[in-house]
Amino acid sequence: MNSPFLEAFFKWELIERYFPAILKGVGITIEIASAVVLTGICAGLALAIIRAFRATALNILIVLFADSFRALPPLVLVLLVYFGLPNLGINLPSFAVLWIVLSLVLAAFCEEIFWAGILSIPKGQWEAARSTGLSFLATLAYVVLPQALRLAVPPITNRTIAITKNTALGTVIGVGEILNQATTAQSFSGNATPLMMGAIAYVILFVPVVIFGRFLETRFRWRRA
Amino acid sequence: MEALRQQFFNLAIMERALPLLLMGLRQTALICALLIPLGLIGGLMPALLSRSRRRPLRWLAMIAIDFFRAVPPLVLLIFIYSGLPFAGLRPSPLTAVAIAFFLNTSSYYGEIYRAGIESIPAGQWDAARSTGLTGAQAMIHVVLPQAVRNVLPDLVSNTVEVVKLTSIASVVALPELLYSADMARSVTFNSSPLVLAAAIYLLMLWPVVRLVSRLERRIAA
Repeated sequence: MNSPFLEAFFKWELIERYFPAILKGVGITIEIASAVVLTGICAGLALAIIRAFRATALNILIVLFADSFRALPPLVLVLLVYFGLPNLGINLPSFAVLWIVLSLVLAAFCEEIFWAGILSIPKGQWEAARSTGLSFLATLAYVVLPQALRLAVPPITNRTIAITKNTALGTVIGVGEILNQATTAQSFSGNATPLMMGAIAYVILFVPVVIFGRFLETRFRWRRA
Repeated sequence: MEALRQQFFNLAIMERALPLLLMGLRQTALICALLIPLGLIGGLMPALLSRSRRRPLRWLAMIAIDFFRAVPPLVLLIFIYSGLPFAGLRPSPLTAVAIAFFLNTSSYYGEIYRAGIESIPAGQWDAARSTGLTGAQAMIHVVLPQAVRNVLPDLVSNTVEVVKLTSIASVVALPELLYSADMARSVTFNSSPLVLAAAIYLLMLWPVVRLVSRLERRIAA
């Protein structure tokens, strides 16, 4: 039990001491991730619906937003918002910065995915629905979106998982999520055990989500075939 | 409005920061040149193993893919960079970045290849084998080319993610583009270098993001 490896990575008294801190980090990670999933997906869906009205000026803005937030690394945005806004007299707590940035990134990806879903519905369906007397909005809500959303589920799930993992970037601006708790504890204790605990916490948190994502993908592929 | 221009679009500061940022860009390009080919080739291994006839190999491949897709790349990087020294290994920032991001990137490419291979109907296998091709030949000449074509948009889109991923190397003080920009920001107390870095990332990746959108629509149609 005295191997140097166990001493460095699985030291029992450190596991006991830092367990509450890591657990707190898990709580914060889950909170921010849930907030991001909720606002990001809703905003993305809203943008895709607005785009369906095909107002040229508005659509250019939406495409500009979606393209740039898909092309920019999230860490660049996090630093830009975190260090930039105070210069304009706007002071946001770091968790709010992380939440806003990741929501915008997720919204950009979701907008593209939902829009691709809406585009994939053949024109005949629109025409048929409109000819039965349904309004534009009713067609969108009752005919197009239910089919488009189903197509969008697997890519949205995968993208959402990838972006919620970016909550770890919060450690750079001092959000007390798992990685932040782990690195703080590591520098206090001079031991890698807290890092190991943090990594294990992420695995416990995200492996089921990754497997669930694959399950959704397979399921929806069968239905389509 | 003036404050916004001063703080975010200060051309004088951008001009002074540009040489530093270009040096950073060279590092970013170096990591990408290392990571993208390695990931594209490395990803084939778990994807092929996941089709193996031996169950333990299949399981091993799936566990590796899921594990490295579940752990955020920053966590993996910090674990390797600050954790390994406790095991007596001292990786340089570049080594740590290369190992951490290779594991992450090849798992994502691996999952994409795997989905591509699964999208090929069993009849293709049977037909290829019935012409006398061995299993490996059928994979290389018949299945893989079609699989790659089917998942091409995902491969390109993941490559964009790899380039974006390199920005995380700044956390372990590897002087790539974002690190250089953040250095310039902390010296000048001005966000313009970060805006300049963002502009450089946009310039590099925007065309590729557009390409992905077009590829996706072509396949869907």
